Amino acid sequence: MNYFLSEEQEMIRDLAEQIATERIRPVRAELDEREEFPWEIMKDLAQSDLFGIYIPEEYGGLGGGILENCVAVEQLARACIGVATSFAASGLGAYPLLLFGSDEQKQTYLTQIASGRRLAAFAVTESGAGSDVSAIQTSARRDGDHYVLNGTKQWITNGGESEIYSVLAITDRSKGPRGASFFIVETGDPGFSFGKKETKLGIRASATRELVFQDCRIPADRLIGREGLGFVIAMKTFDKSRPGIGSLGVGLAQGALDLAVEYARKRVQFGKPIISFQAIQHKLANMAIKTEAARALIYAGARYMDTDPADASKIAAMCKVFASDVAMEVTTEAVQVLGGYGYMRDYPVEKMMRDAKILQIYEGTNEIQRNIIGQELNKEYGRLKRSFF
Amino acid sequence: MHIVVCIKQVPDTKNVRIDPDTHTLVRQGVESIINPFDLFAAEAALRLKDRHGAKITVITMGPPQAETALREVMARGVDEAVLLSDRAFAGSDTWATATALAAAVKKLNPVDLVICGKQAIDGDTAQVGPEMATFLDFPQAACVKSLDLADQHHLQITRQTDEGTEVWKLPLPALITVVKDVGEPRVPSIKHKLRAKKAAIPVWGAADLELAPEQVGLAGSFTQVVRVFSPPRRSDRILLEGDATQQAEQLYDLLKAAKVPGI
Ligand SMILES: Cc1cc2nc3c(=O)[nH]c(=O)nc-3n(C[C@H](O)[C@H](O)[C@@H](O)COP(=O)(O)OP(=O)(O)OC[C@H]3O[C@@H](n4cnc5c(N)ncnc54)[C@H](O)[C@@H]3O)c2cc1C
Ligand SMILES: Cc1cc2nc3c(=O)[nH]c(=O)nc-3n(C[C@H](O)[C@H](O)[C@H](O)COP(=O)(O)OP(=O)(O)OC[C@H]3O[C@@H](n4cnc5c(N)ncnc54)[C@H](O)[C@@H]3O)c2cc1C
Repeated sequence: MNYFLSEEQEMIRDLAEQIATERIRPVRAELDEREEFPWEIMKDLAQSDLFGIYIPEEYGGLGGGILENCVAVEQLARACIGVATSFAASGLGAYPLLLFGSDEQKQTYLTQIASGRRLAAFAVTESGAGSDVSAIQTSARRDGDHYVLNGTKQWITNGGESEIYSVLAITDRSKGPRGASFFIVETGDPGFSFGKKETKLGIRASATRELVFQDCRIPADRLIGREGLGFVIAMKTFDKSRPGIGSLGVGLAQGALDLAVEYARKRVQFGKPIISFQAIQHKLANMAIKTEAARALIYAGARYMDTDPADASKIAAMCKVFASDVAMEVTTEAVQVLGGYGYMRDYPVEKMMRDAKILQIYEGTNEIQRNIIGQELNKEYGRLKRSFF
Repeated sequence: MHIVVCIKQVPDTKNVRIDPDTHTLVRQGVESIINPFDLFAAEAALRLKDRHGAKITVITMGPPQAETALREVMARGVDEAVLLSDRAFAGSDTWATATALAAAVKKLNPVDLVICGKQAIDGDTAQVGPEMATFLDFPQAACVKSLDLADQHHLQITRQTDEGTEVWKLPLPALITVVKDVGEPRVPSIKHKLRAKKAAIPVWGAADLELAPEQVGLAGSFTQVVRVFSPPRRSDRILLEGDATQQAEQLYDLLKAAKVPGI
């Protein structure tokens, strides 16, 4: 289908597809097997300028928006969402700076992130604070012209690999939801170290690691925005990043559909290619319908999100929840279409099914997304003050 | 430093067929690609540029469509491009091709280094680079697998030969042809793609190169194609399968069965 992308958007899509085909697809199984961070591919992506897609030109980026980012992420995800997650997580780490950083902070960090010289990461989750972000314990205490951070962040994507971390910490416990703030912590800051690297079901090329802050001293100008803006920054960041998780889902679903259709045309049972069986055709049809519907939602949602709308949270959540559910369903069906071969490591679809699950969990579980959508509906209809009965 | 990279557009040999009657390549419907070795030539130039700074100009002699190949190389960071295109160039053999390319290098003067691919995957002669060097009176090294500036005026290279590797220092200006070991060609970048898309690419004909019509094209070619034929397909081949150990065992059995002396 034609989504009427501009010439530049098509250029981004085609280049991302080229990288996915030439550089990611040939090594994805090996990266998965070895749980190895894809540094070579990160270098290719840096060379390609794709790390700068959503960063303004004045900071060395391409000056695009969420749509451009989604278009690229989708193509990378078609080959491997472990790699695509590593790419996208740098964007997640960059958004707090992009949205609330000072000009000096942007000049320093966004230029590095745009060039791909350094990766970024986003650190909110802790052992006791997953869906309930307000339960975080990591603290930041002002000490002269420094802040001192203490606490442990858990399951941080790109942990240990990236060098720029956007970290959420409590600056004033008495202020409740207004008591948290975002800071930039760099690899090498005193008192900052990495803990356990996780072993995972899927997206094994992506690094997931603990960040440990033990009297970690950072200059006061590493505060992003103002003290107390932490939760606002987190929410605004998610509004920007969640369509990108949706495009991870669309790309993954498309990748699984590509393989399932190709396989079904070739695999012969009972003397016929299995695609001639209606049961298989219907499966493939449903996979294709859902994938296209998810893509349509992501492209429309991303375009809309680039206009900074008032109901961003609701639409961003819809993009994330729908496309990630589609990815889970489509990859599971792809394994079914490939039968026993689909279950084997020799074929790429079992990895896709393992990979898909994370999309329903990270960046806010799908239950939390539905909570957000439900709460927004409640508010919206409350404001309408009219009846449809 | 000014580096000139020579690239050739070739049919994608993965999909190419030979016409059984005329014994020539069936070019219809076959996608053109950049000769793979020439992407390595461009990469070698780009790595020198990354390390020492340089201006890189890419040139090709070919039909007007060859312009897309030039833009593709520019999208990886090459600065400028020139297309050598003229009806008079049609039918050029390696001599006539090298004549035109060498004339273009002279016109681009000053040039410190010319980099070609080891050979083109269609013509396959590996002659164009060495012939150009001769016409330009440049020192040359073929099949270069690594290179760097030794100093301001010298290039140090390692070249692959059947006997082993050789290390040479060439005074600049020089010409080299490269093999794949020089480094995996980088991916294009969006910024360079945008620049390449807008770049004006001059087209030079024989007159621009101050070459007489009889020096180029069919008229300037010494090669006379007497006969072209497809070698008969050999059917007496066995493809060994399995891992290395299994293959070695099968090979041993075959050699033994063939009564090869000493086995
Ligand atoms: C048996 C035979 C028959 C032939 N018959 C004909 C014929 O009938 N008609 C005809 O027109 N030609 C013919 N040719 C010539 C040949 O097809 C090429 O046109 C020749 O110019 C280039 O030689 P090559 O492809 O072997 O390149 P090589 O010498 O193998 O190429 C080496 C390098 O030189 C550079 N290079 C080569 N060509 C170009 C170019 N055009 N532009 C820029 N850089 C380049 C590249 O860097 C390349 O990697 C014939 C050749 C042979 C061997
Ligand atoms: C591979 C991976 C990478 C990650 N990367 C990052 C990262 O880069 N940065 C970062 O900060 N975090 C990251 N996370 C953390 C991730 O965002 C959290 O795992 C996620 O928010 C859910 O938290 P939890 O795992 O503690 O689950 P819990 O919050 O304990 O939830 C458990 C279950 O209860 C449900 N649930 C909880 N509360 C509600 C509710 N109110 N209503 C309905 N259902 C509810 C959940 O939906 C879920 O099904 C990552 C996690 C993983 C697994």
